[in-house]
Amino acid sequence: MTAAPRLVEVRQNVFKHNDLLARTLRERFRSAGVFVLSLVSSPGAGKTALLERTLTELGTRYRVAALVGDLATDNDAARLARSGAAVRQITTGTVCHLDAAMVDSALAGWDLGTLDFLFIENVGNLVCPASYDLGEGLRCVMMSVTEGEDKPLKYPTIFNSADIAVITKIDLAAAVEFNRAAADRSIQSVRPGMETLAVSAKTGAGMPEFLRFLEARRMDSRAAGVP
Amino acid sequence: MHELSVALSIVDLAREEGERIGGRVCAVHVRLGALSGVVRDALTFSYDIACQDTTLEGSRLVIDEVPVVVFCPTCCAERVLVSPQSLWCDQCGTPTPEIRDGRGLELVALEVEQ
Repeated sequence: MTAAPRLVEVRQNVFKHNDLLARTLRERFRSAGVFVLSLVSSPGAGKTALLERTLTELGTRYRVAALVGDLATDNDAARLARSGAAVRQITTGTVCHLDAAMVDSALAGWDLGTLDFLFIENVGNLVCPASYDLGEGLRCVMMSVTEGEDKPLKYPTIFNSADIAVITKIDLAAAVEFNRAAADRSIQSVRPGMETLAVSAKTGAGMPEFLRFLEARRMDSRAAGVP
Repeated sequence: MHELSVALSIVDLAREEGERIGGRVCAVHVRLGALSGVVRDALTFSYDIACQDTTLEGSRLVIDEVPVVVFCPTCCAERVLVSPQSLWCDQCGTPTPEIRDGRGLELVALEVEQ
């Protein structure tokens, strides 16, 4: 006769390998003095356009670099490299998100001490990236005015995991009758208190505020010893 | 869909723990938070695939779905969220950004046959 199975308590975080590596990365970024911002959004929300403009404008005053994740092609990396910043592509193949191990291997041989800002552009996806800590100092979730004001309500997990929301393509707001107040209500519903900015990477509207935000957060983290 | 890689992580962890405990693992119990970013049905589907050709093949995945628990600063009490779309207290309406539970995915127990 077989004994009944016994229930043994174990208690392990399923993401522990990723979380441990992310913690190591965060410590590396801190000691190198580089401020790391990750960007998440749906495909086509304008991550690369915002990043291109950010690298170009910040690059006149700071040492900036970017890691860019995509399922396939290095088109985005080539686009971003035009800004003059150091850029590396992470091609994930069929994987729909970046994880800490991919970031870690993409950084191989890079002297982080030579950088002020490092941007990590995640794969366009509002679901899977939410579960993976990349060691970033700040996570920026983006939504474009063409996506609908209730996007945060449809993807509460990723919006909740972010530190700032950026509404993009505001030059198109009038054409698509974008309702900013409704978008703000959706964002505040899933992440009360989250700061929200609105930009157009095309016209430059809102860019000074976005750049000032990045500089201020970098200064805050340096003051706190946690870049 | 990242549930297959999540299922592979669960299988790896369960195998490590199973070897430490000794015996055959016949069921794996997890706590799945409503804000974990992992979908129950996709995880169940992926689990059987992740178990193939391992010592866990044929084992069951038992999922305990955990709602989001927040702290209401006005009531000074923990509240269970009705929906992860609405982070406010259902008693007094105060916004509740402080999350106490429901974000993680945790391996909590194994059922082991000797």
